[in-house]
Amino acid sequence: MVVAERKPIEEILAMVADFKKVLLVGCKGCVTVCCAGGTKEVGILGSALRIARKKQGNPLEVVEHTLERQCDPEYVDQLAPMLAGNGFDAVLSMACSVGPQFIAKKYTIPVYPMLNTTFIGGALEHGVWAEFCQSCGNCIIHNFGGLCPIARCSKSLMNGPCGGSANKKCEVSPEIDCIWHLIYDRMVELGQLEKLRPVFPIKDWSTSRDGGPRKIVREDLKL
Amino acid sequence: MRLNYPPNVRIVNVPCTGRVDVIHLLRAIETGADGVYVAGCMEGECHFRNGNIKAKRRVLAVKKILQEVGLEPERVEMFNVSASDGPRFAAIAREMTERVRALGPSPLRDPEVCAAWMEAAQ
Ligand code: SF4
Ligand code: SF4
Repeated sequence: MVVAERKPIEEILAMVADFKKVLLVGCKGCVTVCCAGGTKEVGILGSALRIARKKQGNPLEVVEHTLERQCDPEYVDQLAPMLAGNGFDAVLSMACSVGPQFIAKKYTIPVYPMLNTTFIGGALEHGVWAEFCQSCGNCIIHNFGGLCPIARCSKSLMNGPCGGSANKKCEVSPEIDCIWHLIYDRMVELGQLEKLRPVFPIKDWSTSRDGGPRKIVREDLKL
Repeated sequence: MRLNYPPNVRIVNVPCTGRVDVIHLLRAIETGADGVYVAGCMEGECHFRNGNIKAKRRVLAVKKILQEVGLEPERVEMFNVSASDGPRFAAIAREMTERVRALGPSPLRDPEVCAAWMEAAQ
């Protein structure tokens, strides 16, 4: 999933400093699962903003709403009746950064991101998430025991480890596992160590960002 | 045990403090409570394994939010008290009341909302 975290409340308060009434919109997709922008987090941020502004003697009306998703136009369209003539100064989106862009595309009202969209990853345990993929557009992890050296090696090495790997940890931080150590262990476990012997060819990055923003078109799904 | 505790303390029953979430504490503050505390079982004695540890983490999260919005984090607190320890229950009620009195009334207190809330609680 897309993993995100809420911006500091101080930064958000500065964004809304001039507003009197805002629509705070959550998303029931990835950001609900990573506890950053679902109904629950909308409630918490809404309450925090109201408390802060009431304390300043300059109340802010925060209307809370959560959409099924903010990355599909049919759900973003559902905001139309709320935004028609209700005097909102801005929309605050608690979706990943796709959400505010979809809202901005559809409505002529200032839109602010409440989250920092951080990575594609998964939960290691309750309350802990880590990065697992960098969406390079041409997955090659089967060559590395199913582990991604692009997202999970600090230098994205195809032929690791580098000289900095020590005690299973990456030289960048003792907090980071050296993925190349894990790849080696995994290949030994699978009895496929020989597969690591040849030098892995230079990766074709044309599927990544080199052609600008990417798009997927599926004719079979069009209506 | 006919123990007295300050009458300003309003009790909200929950099946386990693990049920208490960040939003519950924030809503109390938002609607004008001068302080809120969670009285959970002693650590290691939760009937639902670790509800009181979860409550403690959530209280810490609320303290952080209060700090960020410019309120005193001391207005929320987590206490551990055994269900059979009446005297300690009364003691923490007094301790929290004194602490909140020292901080003064919440700047969010809205007399009308407050009255309605108290009425609903009774
Ligand atoms: S190889 Fe590319 S697509 Fe596969 S996990 Fe790594 S970054 Fe993601
Ligand atoms: S120590 Fe390991 S993870 Fe870190 S940069 Fe070197 S090979 Fe990559």
